[in-house]
Amino acid sequence: MRPILNQVRQRRRTVIDAAVAFLIVLLIVQMWLLTATLEAYLAGNTGAAIPGVVVSFVLFLACFGLYRFVERVYRVR
Amino acid sequence: MPAGSKPDKPLWTEEFSVYASEDKFVLRRQFTKFLVLTSFGMLAGNVWILIKSLVRRPRTAFPELAIGRASGIASGEVKLFNYPTANDPCILVRTPSGRLAAYSQKCTHLSCAVYYARAENRLECPCHEGYFSVEDGSVLQGPPPRALPKIELETRGEQLYAIRVVENRARI
Repeated sequence: MRPILNQVRQRRRTVIDAAVAFLIVLLIVQMWLLTATLEAYLAGNTGAAIPGVVVSFVLFLACFGLYRFVERVYRVR
Repeated sequence: MPAGSKPDKPLWTEEFSVYASEDKFVLRRQFTKFLVLTSFGMLAGNVWILIKSLVRRPRTAFPELAIGRASGIASGEVKLFNYPTANDPCILVRTPSGRLAAYSQKCTHLSCAVYYARAENRLECPCHEGYFSVEDGSVLQGPPPRALPKIELETRGEQLYAIRVVENRARI
């Protein structure tokens, strides 16, 4: 029984690690997006603000989805 | 408590696990939560930029400022002044070709004051070695992402006036 439980835990940990790694990648993209939008705004180009918010919102939803996924995986017994 | 019924888990055990084996899971969950909050913060930043973009009205009215006598600035000399407000330092240069050019003195990288390097005939930012062309304010080298804002000048008789700040679209 114990080896099976350990195996399940190990697999769960791997899944969570993969989700966290993906989340970090999304966050780096979102950080770049914020920097690029701010730079465009300071340069007087206001046209990038709306696409910036839309893409940032999509990235936030993806991050939130991954968070929910991690929570769900954690709660599986 | 009736016999046989399980007590509810205290809330703190969700965040601080009792068993060391579960500790890693708690840390990962906490870390994930923190990452999502960071993501929300960046979304808020983007929304803030959008709001600022929507309410931003380009300034159309500029005061006129008498800078001095046009003939009083020799070739390769500079004159510092503040325009359009007292908090906006600007630099006026007479280039070796005899043309008068004025720019905002704030470097577009981190707002250090640029100065005129006569030997190289360029505007230099001493903080991070950003160089700007004295002819059009464009970036020649370094971290500045944009050209220096230009100050439009007008000569009336002998007197030189700053009349407007214009966004400088000069290419890097």
